[in-house]
Amino acid sequence: MHPVWRWFHQMGSPPYFYAFSTRWMPWFGGLALILGAIGIYKGLFIAPADYLQGESFRIIYIHVPSAWMSLFIYLLMAINGAIALIWRIKLSEILLLSCAPIGAMFTAVTLLTGMLWGKPTWGTYWVWDARLTSELVLLFLYFGVMALAAAYEDQRQGARAAAVLALVGVVNIPIIHFSVHWWNTLHQGETVRVFGETSMHGSMLWPLLIMALATKFYFAFALLLRARSMLLEQERGKQWAIEIAQGGR
Amino acid sequence: MSTLRPYRALLGRDLRLAWRRRADVLMPLAFAVLVVLLFAIAIGGVEERLAPMAAPIIWVTVLLSGFLSLDGMFRGDVDDGALDQLLAGSSSLVGLMYAKALAHWLLYGVGLTLAAPILALLLNLPVELLPVMLTSLALGTLGATQVGLIAAALTARLRRSGILLALIVMPLFLPLLIFGSGSVEAVRFGDSPRGALLLLAAQSVFLLTLAPPAAALALRIGDE
Repeated sequence: MHPVWRWFHQMGSPPYFYAFSTRWMPWFGGLALILGAIGIYKGLFIAPADYLQGESFRIIYIHVPSAWMSLFIYLLMAINGAIALIWRIKLSEILLLSCAPIGAMFTAVTLLTGMLWGKPTWGTYWVWDARLTSELVLLFLYFGVMALAAAYEDQRQGARAAAVLALVGVVNIPIIHFSVHWWNTLHQGETVRVFGETSMHGSMLWPLLIMALATKFYFAFALLLRARSMLLEQERGKQWAIEIAQGGR
Repeated sequence: MSTLRPYRALLGRDLRLAWRRRADVLMPLAFAVLVVLLFAIAIGGVEERLAPMAAPIIWVTVLLSGFLSLDGMFRGDVDDGALDQLLAGSSSLVGLMYAKALAHWLLYGVGLTLAAPILALLLNLPVELLPVMLTSLALGTLGATQVGLIAAALTARLRRSGILLALIVMPLFLPLLIFGSGSVEAVRFGDSPRGALLLLAAQSVFLLTLAPPAAALALRIGDE
């Protein structure tokens, strides 16, 4: 068997996944801390102020990586949903359930920082800008997945129902995004676009990329942390889980 | 022809059941009129202020009223065991979902579209906007029914589903609302509604291919 495939098969086994998470979590968490500290320092202190927006542009070092993560996590959640439905892998159900709150958190951070940035830039906290609006819809898509999973008494059934909803959501996200964009241009024209057309200068771009990496590692850390405790709870009757609960690693 | 029999039977049964409980089917229509009444009162009942808002209000009202009918989509089937029969039966569950969705659309989608002229009258919608209003509603409710089908199937066996249904359905209604309401607004501003209506139709067709299989999958999960 190809080593990559073998790795996937091994990851499907709860004790193997638990051991994997024990080994890698400190690395992911540590890298997230270090990269986050470097990124924040470079972004807030070293990068020059923007000539149009002054200091307030610095919020993008939180805002943009969070926005990337909010979409990335939804996609990952849907992929896990597909795996859970097709191959009935229990771990994928758990990963799906663990993805949702983290993704919702990143979406909420994106919205909050977007609003904070909007106040000095647009003069108001909320503008019905296409990207902000679709981000708000995304937050409700996450809430829907979480609420549906929680509504089922049987956790596995709830996870599989949430998987269907996540898949329905993921095919609808592009439609929602483009329709909101269409609506936005129809009603009030393009809002100020500062990024996008102009390429960013390196001194501004590097901290952003470092922050993007830091959020990825943070996500990996948080995902493993959530998934392994959920796994332990679900497998509480099994021998390996009992051994871990009694103090062994 | 006989291969279509179970689906026609289910469609006929749903329509017959609705006919025997006519009051239940009329409830969303009454709700729609009430919502419009509230809007008209809140806005002040002045024609100049109502007319520009009429199309968006009607669109939102129709989506909300249609949403009210979703809880009943599988409720009866779950309670009397008919759903278990459908799941155990040999006919394609996806096909049965199409029958279910068609029955629901004929009752509520067409019903609310036919009621829309009354709502339009109450809100002083300019008469020249009525044809595009009705076209967009007929197309849009077809898609909205499909979204509702998925949500109803996902929550079919849950005891309380009200607010959860809203949470699932509303974000997915958004594109339908944008192009539906947008097509009427286009005509109001003197543009062609063609683009918006075509995109609305495209969405309904897309949902029509996506929703019944997803709903069938969701019902099987609830059955495990």
